[in-house]
Amino acid sequence: METAIKTHGLTVSYGVNMALWNVSTQIPAQQISAIIGPNGAGKSTLLKAILGMVPTLSGEIEVTGAGGTAAKQHQFLASQIGYVPQRNSVDWDFPITVLDLVLMGTYGRLKWFQRPGEKERADAYAALTEVQMQEFAGRQIGQLSGGQQQRVFLARAFVQQASIYLLDEPFAGVDATTEKMIVDILHGLRDAGKTVSLVHHDLTTVSRYFDHVILLNKQLVASGPTRSTFTSEHIQATYGVHGMQIGGFSEDATDA
Amino acid sequence: MLELLTDYTVQLVVLSSAVTGATSGALGCFAYLRRQSLVGDVISHSSILGIVGFFWLWFVLTGDGNKSLWLLIPGAMVASIAAMILTQWITNSTKIKADASLGVMLAIFFGTGLTLLRWIQRSSNPIPGQAGLEDYLFGMAAATTLSDFWMIGILTVVSSVCLFVCWYRLKLLTFDPGYAAGLGLSVGRWELLLLSLLVIGIVIGLQIAGVVLMVALLIAPASAARQWTNSLGKMILLAGLLGGGCAASGAFMSAVRKGLPTGPAIVVCLTLVVLVSVLFAPGRGVLSRRRTLVT
Repeated sequence: METAIKTHGLTVSYGVNMALWNVSTQIPAQQISAIIGPNGAGKSTLLKAILGMVPTLSGEIEVTGAGGTAAKQHQFLASQIGYVPQRNSVDWDFPITVLDLVLMGTYGRLKWFQRPGEKERADAYAALTEVQMQEFAGRQIGQLSGGQQQRVFLARAFVQQASIYLLDEPFAGVDATTEKMIVDILHGLRDAGKTVSLVHHDLTTVSRYFDHVILLNKQLVASGPTRSTFTSEHIQATYGVHGMQIGGFSEDATDA
Repeated sequence: MLELLTDYTVQLVVLSSAVTGATSGALGCFAYLRRQSLVGDVISHSSILGIVGFFWLWFVLTGDGNKSLWLLIPGAMVASIAAMILTQWITNSTKIKADASLGVMLAIFFGTGLTLLRWIQRSSNPIPGQAGLEDYLFGMAAATTLSDFWMIGILTVVSSVCLFVCWYRLKLLTFDPGYAAGLGLSVGRWELLLLSLLVIGIVIGLQIAGVVLMVALLIAPASAARQWTNSLGKMILLAGLLGGGCAASGAFMSAVRKGLPTGPAIVVCLTLVVLVSVLFAPGRGVLSRRRTLVT
């Protein structure tokens, strides 16, 4: 198994609250992996730490292919990682159109004074088509449903033409049809040789959706292929007593 | 009243108020969308300490009084940025929450500024030119000189060029700073630019609207403009127009009625504009929404 991203002894805290403690794990390349754990387990923080959005207290993050210096690595990360933040992290009443939002995915390639041109617009349209949202290009973003908002967020990440996609709870508050559609898109990305990793909540779908799981509760509980790692013991260790009931699902996992 | 329109002083006052209102209104859109109205209020209240403080420092250094905007606006900037840095520091290093530390800073800077103002005005041998310093509380556009107008003009040009050149970055940083960080942009630097633009949008209008009411000139045009359009560019243009129009009308009313402070007059105009926009705007207005619910 090739690794796309590796962390060594990663520790992150917000003030006095420890968010991640000594996490050493890896995100496998060209697979789709889930980061799973209870609320406040540091799942989003792990993504943000990888992206350099939160300061780390200690530990290292290694991205395969990135240069040695911190600056080089930062540059590489920015060009190689497509990030999809939580849908509720922005104000959907903001006065921009769907196309404007997707165009933001191209800003990373543009210098601070450059304006997106024809090429960028065409890319944004293509990305919208990929998530079947092209007819909404001119809509104000407040007029979209939750699932449509999520698809637009996905399109914005696609425009970056990255090799690694990190998604923060892409299925939160979307309907079943949209979830199916997003899963298909993500599997398509994996099959095209991209690395996909996402924060996930619904334990019932883990074995169907993911090749690899990272079980997290501030510390790393377990990490490995879904089949061997997503077991009732590990789930119980991640979620505490409550996990025992949910643990039943992992039996299906081993059968599948 | 028609004679007033041809009067040079009135023309200067109305014109500089219009330019000021337009700049504040346009820059206020970012404060409005970033939910920083309270931050704007703290910046404007805090600046009284810098205005009075710089006036006093100038007197200590030169022995003369100076109420030029070229001295008082930098003073206002220093005080308001100091208030912002202290707020940040308190929020980061204590358990006091952001809104509480903002409130504390507003009280401290505004209170100290008022004390200093009183002290200067009650002094047994008064500083020349101190009369009229208290106009910075509620605004007095009539005091605008030609040199003040140039100061206002320069701030307007600088902020407009920033808006135009950095348009896409500012839009992204306002909408989704988390994603901007993921794209590898140095978010800290852009936040600093946005804060500077916010400070400019406030200090530019202190003489006209006054520290107490300035936040209205910053936020009200944006709130009204948002009702009429779904495009950020159009919203900023419209907010500039509304802010400029209201500030000019307020300044004119204050010029006609001697002794009426400009700030309250501007706020009356702004209130009408906001009221109409909130009630009647198509799509977002209260009345239009009610109709949609009924049908």
